[in-house]
Amino acid sequence: MNSDDTSVSGGCCENYLLLPVKKQDEDAILCRINIIRRSLYPFIYERCAGKPPMFGDYEAQRHWQELTYNLPVHEWYFNTTNNDLNYWGLDYPPLTAYHSLACAYIAKLFNPEWVELHASRGYESHSHKLFMRATVLFADALIYIPAVLLYCFYFCDGSPKQKVATAFCILMYPGLMLIDYGHFQYNGVSLGLALWGVLGLGLGWDLFGSVAFVLALNYKQMELYHALPFFCYLLGKCVKHGLNGQGFFHLVKISLTVLVTFALCWMPFLSDPKQPLQVLHRLFPVGRGLFEDKVANTWCSLNVLIKIKTLLSRETQLFLSFALTVLFVLPSSLKLLSKPTLWQFKLALVNSSLAFFLFSFQVHEKSILLAALPVCLVINEMPLIAVWFLLTSTFSMLPLLLKDGLLLPYVVTSLAFLFLSLYLLSALERSTDEELRLAPYRKLTQHFLPKLNLSRIVKWKFWLSLVAMAALSITSVWLEPPAKLPDLFPVLVSIFSFLHFLGFVIYFNLVQLMEPQRRKNQKKTN
Amino acid sequence: MAASMTNDQSWFFALALGVSFLKCLLINAYHSTDFEVHRNWLALTHSLPVSQWYYEATSEWTLDYPPLFAWFEYGLSHIARFFDKEMLVVENLNYASPATVLFQRLSVIVTDAVLFYAVKECCKCLREDKGKDLLGKPSFILTVLLLWNFGLLIVDHIHFQYNGFLFGVLLLSIARHLQNRHLEGALLFSILLNLKHIYLYIAPAYGIFLLRCFCFTQSNPDGSLSWRSFSVLRLVALGTIVLSTFAVSIGPFLALGQLPQVLSRLFPFKRGLCHAYWAPNIWALYNIADKALSILGVKFKLLDMNKLPKASMTGGLVQEFQHSVLPSVSPLATLICTLLSILPALFKLWHRPNGTRGFLRCLVVCALGSFMFGWHVHEKAILMVILPLSLLAVESREDARTFLILSITGHYSLFPLLFTTQELPIKLFLMLLFTIFSVTSLKMLFRKGGSLLNPLESMYLLGLIPLELVCEFIYPLTVWQKTFPFLPLMLTSLYCALGVTYAFIRLYISMLTSSDTAKKVKSQ
Repeated sequence: MNSDDTSVSGGCCENYLLLPVKKQDEDAILCRINIIRRSLYPFIYERCAGKPPMFGDYEAQRHWQELTYNLPVHEWYFNTTNNDLNYWGLDYPPLTAYHSLACAYIAKLFNPEWVELHASRGYESHSHKLFMRATVLFADALIYIPAVLLYCFYFCDGSPKQKVATAFCILMYPGLMLIDYGHFQYNGVSLGLALWGVLGLGLGWDLFGSVAFVLALNYKQMELYHALPFFCYLLGKCVKHGLNGQGFFHLVKISLTVLVTFALCWMPFLSDPKQPLQVLHRLFPVGRGLFEDKVANTWCSLNVLIKIKTLLSRETQLFLSFALTVLFVLPSSLKLLSKPTLWQFKLALVNSSLAFFLFSFQVHEKSILLAALPVCLVINEMPLIAVWFLLTSTFSMLPLLLKDGLLLPYVVTSLAFLFLSLYLLSALERSTDEELRLAPYRKLTQHFLPKLNLSRIVKWKFWLSLVAMAALSITSVWLEPPAKLPDLFPVLVSIFSFLHFLGFVIYFNLVQLMEPQRRKNQKKTN
Repeated sequence: MAASMTNDQSWFFALALGVSFLKCLLINAYHSTDFEVHRNWLALTHSLPVSQWYYEATSEWTLDYPPLFAWFEYGLSHIARFFDKEMLVVENLNYASPATVLFQRLSVIVTDAVLFYAVKECCKCLREDKGKDLLGKPSFILTVLLLWNFGLLIVDHIHFQYNGFLFGVLLLSIARHLQNRHLEGALLFSILLNLKHIYLYIAPAYGIFLLRCFCFTQSNPDGSLSWRSFSVLRLVALGTIVLSTFAVSIGPFLALGQLPQVLSRLFPFKRGLCHAYWAPNIWALYNIADKALSILGVKFKLLDMNKLPKASMTGGLVQEFQHSVLPSVSPLATLICTLLSILPALFKLWHRPNGTRGFLRCLVVCALGSFMFGWHVHEKAILMVILPLSLLAVESREDARTFLILSITGHYSLFPLLFTTQELPIKLFLMLLFTIFSVTSLKMLFRKGGSLLNPLESMYLLGLIPLELVCEFIYPLTVWQKTFPFLPLMLTSLYCALGVTYAFIRLYISMLTSSDTAKKVKSQ
């Protein structure tokens, strides 16, 4: 197959399919379902996508292709006559821009109208949608999917069956699919690159891992959520090797690699000092306020009680969010620094990204995907909690999904994920106190409630919360909010999810900090 | 985990659930006029008295399924009320509100439960190889081949029809026969006939089989008929069941004196020999031969250009097809051809039944024979061959070979059903996945004894890839697209017709020479 955008997906799909067949595994079939499903998205949403005048991220991505193709590099991030920054101005780091440029070249081959300067604004057609969706699928197949497969192949315990099952569940995560293929974004690229970083670090290829992570960071600045654990893990490892000798040398190597990668990514912008500053200004738009829309984080939820957004000055808000984020990130980072193992690293990634999501400045609801990725990585070790978290994270984006008309795919993929992950990972059976890592809680409760069955309580909570999510989903779709409170349901959704995330961040912190000394997972460290 | 998954049947549940989710994702995909057809039937059965059902003609899509299907629609319409009452108004032509689409699609997805049950029953009748891992189990492969069937998915869940439900009834009936519960099987089949009369094509196989293997209780040791073992009681029981089903279904219309009207709706012979897009059968080859001869004739001045019928030059677009060189074909001729084509198989079934599997083979031959020679055959009818053949394919090597050829060409010939750009990737993906699964799993199942397909067959099947590339991607860019827009369709049906014909011959040969394998079956 060639010469058409569908070939992209066809080709990549094929090798992916052959892999599980060799393993002769029943989950192979299920793995394929996922591929079909991913490939189906574009066409299912055909009728839901972009209604003028709000085109959303789809138009933004198309506009960036137009922009990068037609304008010289130094105009990309500046407001010029040809580049109206108010109309979906470029606000991602250079790699996104390069990616858009590459896509634009291909788009030009198919139809020059797609990337014509000015004239192409708001362009939409069936073939263009097909092209855009195919670019997402292609990027996914190139970066995200192989990373997930490799991760499961190398770092999941158990039989090949179990590995394929885990990979399948990670790929089936509805949140990422819905945002990338329904809403339209390229999260698979940045998350995939970050995952390559985790893979590199896990396999002991620290330089490769740092390059991958720097690339991720240069694709989306939100990857900063993951930066601290990467830094601490590498530093901790160097310290362990002794900062006077080998470790120091290693540290220098890593820092040089990082610097060179950054320099390469930013090369076109380094000629004029104004350029990088403008890019940074575009990347971190402090002026946009503490939070946007309804996000399931602390500030948005607190705002219901106290109007922080209006009461406090911008500087106070910035300081407060910074202080709280640091406060929540520090314990897990310090622990990782002192004990750089892969297991600790994964938990630190969860804790850090969750802390950033909950407390940092200017958070978008889609940023929960950054926390979801590391949770996916622990899905094999703590299936029930991970599934619970992943479902909650998808649910937290419900208002956005409803706005995009993705109700049906949301329901179907969430249910499919729930059933298949419970089935494939036997999440409900694998939920003893030990497996749920409830030891810290056990210590707390054993004094006054010694006979409490904690794991059963967790299971009950899981089902209760699922029922509540279903109920909230149904009410937000079917019921009209009261006239006085038009945002009632989005606010309820975000508060509900916020409480969950708060619980999760406490839980994951406890798991990481209270980790018992002897753990089997340590065999996986370097 | 693995042990628990193979021991109990939870993999079946997972497969069924998975495919149901997939179907749900297709809810907003393109749907053909069949969607409006079924909406219209919902409306007319709901809002009109029974006496008006077969007279109503507000919409051009009049009720042309047998009465039981009308009752089925009547039942559905009572649930439809809760979704959107507007869809139940006969005058609301082409009504497709989101709630209507949701309801109609969900009705197909939910009624597919019959298919799930039937497939589960069929799996119970398979001769299982113990000790194999799950992916190599015949029952697992059969389940995927039937539940994830490419044709069913695109015809039912994109194009829109209720085939999953209907084939569910058919497969359940076959399963009952395999389980020696013949009366139930007969009841199910007569219900099926009253749901959709296209299954009349396989009725001869049913009739002969029931008469031969049910009404005669014994065979001679060499497999021939033992006349003395005829059981009148069984014949009466069978007759009562079949006749009472028909009485329930047609009785009311008979009482109303509407039988001629019902029959004229069910069997409209005013349509042409071939459907607008030629199903890959003998008549497609015949049409093409005719066209080739007429072109050659004009070239060599044997024929006068002006005397040729005009329509033959635009063939494929016009329903009525006038042959220019070869004699035109009448409905009666196709009927005779069909009967002639299935007669040897029926004779063989009567003479040496070879148990229920012989019957199944005969049923497949009947379905394929009528597909090859029938009047105004629709390309969707190939599913009637592919699905029952799946049952045979997981049990015998030769049938697996025929199945691969037939299913790949047959499914490919369904491609023109979905012509919209948006659906292009879906059909390519689903087709590719189903094909890859069926080829790899059947190869794995019969890995002893070399490769399943010979080089020529493999070449032929791989030839479908360049054909698809030419038809979908290259041809529309050429200058001929405007002057001969039908050429890709013609090419598709010609190419597929070759494969289907080859499969038909192979099936026939296996049918007529299968006595040895049958003895083995019995001894097992």
